[in-house]
Amino acid sequence: MTTWKIFKFPIFLGLVYIILIFWLPNTAEKSISVAIDYAKEMFFIMPAVFVLMGLMEVWLPKDKIQKWLGTSSGMKGIFISFLMGTLPTGPLYVAFPLTASLLKKGASINNMVIFLGSWAALKIPQLMVEIKFLGGSFVLLRFVLTFAVIVIIGVLMELFMKKDSDKIWLGKT
Amino acid sequence: MATIITIYSILTIGLLLSFWKSRQKTLKSFLIAGKAFLKMAPSLLTILGIVGLILGILTPETISKLIGAEAGYSATVIAAILGAITLIPSLVAFPLAGSLLRSGATIMTISAFITTLIMVGVVTAPMEIKSLGKKFTLLRNGLSFLGALIIAAIMGVIL
Repeated sequence: MTTWKIFKFPIFLGLVYIILIFWLPNTAEKSISVAIDYAKEMFFIMPAVFVLMGLMEVWLPKDKIQKWLGTSSGMKGIFISFLMGTLPTGPLYVAFPLTASLLKKGASINNMVIFLGSWAALKIPQLMVEIKFLGGSFVLLRFVLTFAVIVIIGVLMELFMKKDSDKIWLGKT
Repeated sequence: MATIITIYSILTIGLLLSFWKSRQKTLKSFLIAGKAFLKMAPSLLTILGIVGLILGILTPETISKLIGAEAGYSATVIAAILGAITLIPSLVAFPLAGSLLRSGATIMTISAFITTLIMVGVVTAPMEIKSLGKKFTLLRNGLSFLGALIIAAIMGVIL
């Protein structure tokens, strides 16, 4: 029963693919090749990400994280989160497990939203490509606006999440 | 490729330091990693399946047809939604956005597409929920979507 519950989405998607192979073989072929490409990427990246997360959980000192990234870390916390996010480190899903362990160690929601936001939208190598295709003024304006929006979202989420005293991610893993 | 190199270099340094300081703690971190990986594995499979389906159907050509066909606010909203549900590597997305811009899409539409593309992840939501909880995921993605529309509107006015 539980195994079924865990794998019901993958199984359902498998069925969709089988139907697609007979119904629209061209689309199916494209979909399968895309899925395989992403599978390769995840296969190489995810094990490293999880071990990294394990190392963070074991070694990162809780008091330091609270001080640097906690609710009272202020501008310093925002700056550190932003800086960590802009490092060239790959797709956003890599950041989710890492963010979870930082939250567990006492980082504030505000800072983690900034971390995720900069990771997604303000990466230096990504900006280089963007400037090439969309121009400097487009990218500069997007950078500034996105940063402002991310900080606002962080503040809002800190407010919204405060109501739930039981933090879901604290118990699990 | 750069991603893999960066992550593995950070990991190697971390592991060496960790082993040097305490073998036991290093083993413990492997246990935590294994457990988290098992927990996440089904959502990884789901994501792969959905990404394949979406990108198989929403090819760059289809996206340019959908966004380029209409002008005005409806195109901007469609672009924002397409950006939110697709997961395209930036090396493909930026040239696509650039060519759409040259072929007549508005700045507002293109910024909506780019911003939701990188900030909102409907496809990766199952993974985000497993790591960070349902409420966090819904709020972050919902607010980012709204934020993207606001960013797009401002960019459309200024540029």
